[in-house]
Amino acid sequence: MNTQSNAVPESSLDSQVTAPAAISATRPMYWSVRRELWENRSIYIAPLAVAALYMLGFLISLMWLPHSMREVAAHHPAPQLVELAMPYGHATWLLLVTALLVGIFYSLDALHGERRDRSILFWKSLPVSDLTTVLSKASIPLVVLPLLVFAITVILQLFMWLLNIAVLLVSGAGAATLWAQLPLFQMELVLLYGLTVIALWYAPIYGWLLLVSGWARRAPFLWAGLPALAIAAVEKIAFHTSYFGFLLQDRLIGFAARAFDLKDKGGVPVDPHFIPLAQVAPGKFLSSPGLWIGLLVAAAFLVAAVRLRRYREPI
Amino acid sequence: MTCIEARGLRKAFGKTIALDGVNLLVEEGRILGLIGPNGAGKTTALNAILGLTPCEGELRVLGRDPWAERERLMRDVCFIADVAVLPHWMRVSQALDYVAGVHPRFDRAKAEGFLAKTDISRTSKIRELSKGMVTQLHLALVMAIDARLLVLDEPTLGLDILYRKQFYDSLLNDYFDRNRTIVVTTHQVEDVEHVLTDLMFINRGRIVLDCSMEEFESRYLEVTVHPERVAAARGLKPIHERQVLGRSILLFDLKVDHVERQQVAALGEVRTPSITDLFVAMLGNKQGSKAAETQGVTR
Repeated sequence: MNTQSNAVPESSLDSQVTAPAAISATRPMYWSVRRELWENRSIYIAPLAVAALYMLGFLISLMWLPHSMREVAAHHPAPQLVELAMPYGHATWLLLVTALLVGIFYSLDALHGERRDRSILFWKSLPVSDLTTVLSKASIPLVVLPLLVFAITVILQLFMWLLNIAVLLVSGAGAATLWAQLPLFQMELVLLYGLTVIALWYAPIYGWLLLVSGWARRAPFLWAGLPALAIAAVEKIAFHTSYFGFLLQDRLIGFAARAFDLKDKGGVPVDPHFIPLAQVAPGKFLSSPGLWIGLLVAAAFLVAAVRLRRYREPI
Repeated sequence: MTCIEARGLRKAFGKTIALDGVNLLVEEGRILGLIGPNGAGKTTALNAILGLTPCEGELRVLGRDPWAERERLMRDVCFIADVAVLPHWMRVSQALDYVAGVHPRFDRAKAEGFLAKTDISRTSKIRELSKGMVTQLHLALVMAIDARLLVLDEPTLGLDILYRKQFYDSLLNDYFDRNRTIVVTTHQVEDVEHVLTDLMFINRGRIVLDCSMEEFESRYLEVTVHPERVAAARGLKPIHERQVLGRSILLFDLKVDHVERQQVAALGEVRTPSITDLFVAMLGNKQGSKAAETQGVTR
């Protein structure tokens, strides 16, 4: 719509006036994210493959299901929901770890690969700002992967649930009604909450990885990890303390204690395979300084990555 | 209208000075060849024009500061560096989709039209294409963008002569008009010789020659001197002399040497030198480059 094939000088001047409005601000962002998915197909292939493998294992386990249900029914008149939810919880955790690994490897390569293969010159020859580029890359581990994991987990668990009920109904082992009680919807809500929490809590980690990938000339993996080790070692030797180590540990696993009440009302620890909706604590999470400090640090890393990309040339 | 205007561009990498006070004035509708030896500062100059590198001095491209406004500027500027730049993992169809997605001035139908004249399949990955095809693809993408400045940095490096010829032919026939400006650097000077409207030599970060092709033709004269007139010819102070098959070929700069065309014509067989000949004369040896620095600069 914006140009004509035989551009006469005068009319191409007209098109210069009208054309720029044709693209809205969000379009470069949308296409940049799509571009990332084209280049890094592991973003969706890895979680899909893991889900498929898990499904395979689950299908095989269905053969023993009627037998084990009779056993359970014989010994415990009322099996705990937690036990029923166990395979579902395993599936969730497996996909979370997959997403974490994919996110780490993706982020470390995101701003490094384009310099390595010199394609940064092509990307920079198009009207896409460094800010849009860096944000589109940051959105992969922070938005796209969590959403993908959520969708895949929901579908996987739904299939598992339907199969569980079907097998038990057909085999006549009873206990199918138990599965009907499994609060699948509640579990998915908790998952969505958990994914949001993890993305926010891990934002500074991904920000750091993106920064390193934009800065390092080679071996971004080493540059990302070694400074942390070095700081921890120096601290240990110089002051005989491990605050930095605790800080890192807290950044890796600290979201759980902040975002969930890990003990129920009776003080009994909650099983991580099945966290009831009642244990979700968004207020506690949002009021924890660690979250906001982390987000500030993440923003600072991303700003630095944007600035760095302006100056970066192929390596 | 002025397309590129630079005053006193300066850029150093550590102790190496890449640009040493470069002044440029490129009017719209010109095809400028920026010629220089390796490491002369060509790519640095182009990078500065494209907003890929900051530098000292004053620089306006289409009225904008490239370093501060790269994103906005890239709507009006296209750029082909060398063939290795298109992302090798991308499919041809994806490249079309992406550029159509982010570029407001991209005419997809036009790009498809250019591609239809080639053997490039829409489903191929760029890594599966030959070097010549990658350049064809890049050119198809760029020519479908209604840009005002096209920067080419060694665009035909590593291509055979047919692809090279085709490249410049399409550029002239299907793309160039008087609203567009093209700046090209290349070592394959013969390819662009008859394409350029303006010529610039750059050496050690300085512009040592800046003239239009008309000026080039009226100003420089090469003469194959009759053996008995060599001494007389040398008296007219040629800027360069070389021996070919035992004959002396002398190159004169009519503007600086204040020699008349007829005077030179009397010495032997006269013709306009090729750009390569002048390049060798001005930059071929240390003496030459010194002479160029003192004589050649016109602005």
